[in-house]
Amino acid sequence: MKKSVCLYFQVHQPSRLRLYRFFDIGKDSHYYDQFANRTIFRRVAQNCYQPMNDILLQAIKRNKGKFKVAFSISGSALEQFERFAPELLDSFRELAATGCVEFLSETYYHSLASLRSPAEFKLQVNKHKEQIEKLFGVTPKAFRNTELIYSDEIGSMVSEMGFKTMLTEGARHIMGWKSPNHIYTNDLDPKLKLLLRNYPLSDDIAFRFSNKGWNEWPLTAEKYVGWLNQADGEIVNLFMDYETFGEHQSESTGIFDFISHLPEAVLAGGLQFVTPSEATSKLKPVDALSVPEPISWADEERDLSAWLGNELQQDAFNKLYSLTEKLSIIDDGTLWADFGHLQESDHLYYMCTKFFSDGEIHQRFNPYDTPYEAFINYMNVLSDFIIRVNEALAEKQQS
Amino acid sequence: MRVLMFGWEFPPHIAGGLGTACEGIVKGLAHNGVETLFVMPHASGDEDQSATTIINASDVAVDTVSSTLDEFLGKVKFIHIDSDMVPYVGPEEFSNVVEEERRRQVKDFRIQYGQKYNFSGKYGANLMEEVARYAMVGGTIALQNRDRFDIIHAHDWLTYLAGIAAKELTGKPLVVHVHATSYDRGDEKHMDTRVLDIEKRGMEAADKVITVSDLTRNIVINKYGINPDKVVTVHNAVDFSGRENLMVERGVKDKVVTFLGRITFQKGPEYFIEAAAKVLKRTKNVRFVMAGSGDMMNRAIRQVARMGISDRFHFTGFLRGADVQKMFALSDVYIMPSVSEPFGISPLEAMRTNVPSIISHQSGAAEVLKYAFKVDFWDVDAMADDIYALLQYPALSEFAAKQGYEEVNALKWNNATKKMIKVYESVL
Repeated sequence: MKKSVCLYFQVHQPSRLRLYRFFDIGKDSHYYDQFANRTIFRRVAQNCYQPMNDILLQAIKRNKGKFKVAFSISGSALEQFERFAPELLDSFRELAATGCVEFLSETYYHSLASLRSPAEFKLQVNKHKEQIEKLFGVTPKAFRNTELIYSDEIGSMVSEMGFKTMLTEGARHIMGWKSPNHIYTNDLDPKLKLLLRNYPLSDDIAFRFSNKGWNEWPLTAEKYVGWLNQADGEIVNLFMDYETFGEHQSESTGIFDFISHLPEAVLAGGLQFVTPSEATSKLKPVDALSVPEPISWADEERDLSAWLGNELQQDAFNKLYSLTEKLSIIDDGTLWADFGHLQESDHLYYMCTKFFSDGEIHQRFNPYDTPYEAFINYMNVLSDFIIRVNEALAEKQQS
Repeated sequence: MRVLMFGWEFPPHIAGGLGTACEGIVKGLAHNGVETLFVMPHASGDEDQSATTIINASDVAVDTVSSTLDEFLGKVKFIHIDSDMVPYVGPEEFSNVVEEERRRQVKDFRIQYGQKYNFSGKYGANLMEEVARYAMVGGTIALQNRDRFDIIHAHDWLTYLAGIAAKELTGKPLVVHVHATSYDRGDEKHMDTRVLDIEKRGMEAADKVITVSDLTRNIVINKYGINPDKVVTVHNAVDFSGRENLMVERGVKDKVVTFLGRITFQKGPEYFIEAAAKVLKRTKNVRFVMAGSGDMMNRAIRQVARMGISDRFHFTGFLRGADVQKMFALSDVYIMPSVSEPFGISPLEAMRTNVPSIISHQSGAAEVLKYAFKVDFWDVDAMADDIYALLQYPALSEFAAKQGYEEVNALKWNNATKKMIKVYESVL
């Protein structure tokens, strides 16, 4: 059987917060910097989403069903598509209609709910599923958690929710001698099959592509297909941010030429494209994978330290999720929506203090000058939100 | 009586309390019939000159007027500051270093001779260079205006060299005014020895030393070894004229306890945080605010997060202008837990806004404020008790607010400057 290549792109845009001062607490419940959100979204749409959707659509048409990709688009990003660039939703719809594009399930708000609140996690996964069905007319069958966060427990929860396939990181510290280029199963529940990201090959595109100091620069589609062919196993999972194309790696690096040529080069090299759900239905798992502690695809550590590594992040996270119960009692749409947006993992990411390892990549997407500013601003917003929650709860209990 | 006064800043463009105090002093002196020439490194032109004449040092070229270069340099020992500290060297090398320093001074002076220097008048990276140049320009200004003043008054170490230069070149008496010392800025191991040296030289060269509190007077006597007979305390005052208390609509229903100032070791921010955590264990309807910025801010934020109180403990960052008044207007209790505070004007501002204040015994303000609550900076239990009581017992907070308001309104620069004039008279 031909070796498979599974290409998956993550699309996400956070709801960046405006400068929210102590003086605003209790007075102003408008939290978002819509100017920054619109400006950044428009830029990324122009640099990446629009050209890449066109490139992928053409490649699918040229290759008559043999080129396939998967997307996961967060609910927060979908809201921004609707607000700032609705024409791009049509373009995704067109991709969906080819039948060669699988849309994955995730938490609507790109949140870390899986680590704290199973109830909130399920709510968000369902909310996301409904939105994908509504917008693209397809029902997601495979799951990918925020930042590819995964553990045995999270996997078994996902399996219980009816998913058969889940994507995560082929982190070295959990793989050991094992290769990520096979299908594995969840250690607690063998019904759930795992696709593991091949991070060296994924990062060759996502991080190293434009690095002129890299001894493999410049990277051509042919050379890359050579590496895919050399890889062991049945499947190579290439998972990366969609924004890699045209945004992280700008057009001038030749990234669009590379991705335009890649489908034909892969097929000519005797390989085949599969979507995540196809992969797990075609290929047999080789083993169960034990992941007692959560992993992710971030930073060198491949753990949660980018979001929950310091005391600032932990306190913000604890304070936020302590509201879950109150919100379900109140059950108010506006409060739910703010609660969701405040759960976006990006807010915690901005508070990361790991300056010396992967600080640079953190800094690139960070609207704040320092993690401390990020924390202060977030806590001011959260304090206002807590006041609203408590007021709504008091009102509810009175009536 | 006429005074040549060296300051570093003057309202409206100020970074700290020094400029505000200087304005109060020149106005108080004017009220008591004393004229001042106020020299500052960088004037913007929008300073209020109704009570003083401002001389902008950036407009004055270095010039020796009648004296020769050698005479000028013989009288005024400038410090050249751009090299690191000179390590221990043998006698021969030492004489070379001295000779080199001398040549460098002549060279520096030649470069600057006839030149104006555009001071930033801030507290930036080249502060030491500005301080040294300010001395050169200050000497020039003193010579040019020698017939227009009887006495020289220099505020804080930044201006002491200028004061010394003016005294050396004109022979007129010098009063230095100690608003703060190195001992208030950090522990002895981390002090900047260059600053310490300038402070000591200023106090030694002065005919009288004015300190803003007895606390500071003790430091001047004990740490700098200055003769007690030479050191006089004149407590700070505050000028509230033309100030209307702001009415600000509150966003939060909870009571607010505020710390406002630089977030540095000297101000004791960690004790406030500990006290806040203790109060929050007993009552929930309260928020704590740390307004300001400083080198301990990030540590303070981490401490708050670690204690798990960040939904009740807020940081505003540096506040300016009207936001400061707004912050006071939103507060129910003000706290100044300083580890070492020469005076500390902020509780006076708070009390003027009807906010009861808790201050540390280790502050000069504690010597004059009867109606402020006083605790030792390290006694977080006592601090928590006082906060709790002021939040819970309206009778107490109303009494403290009312008495405090009257108390601070009575602290006038007109009275404080009368004491200063006595100091001037003692050296003329």
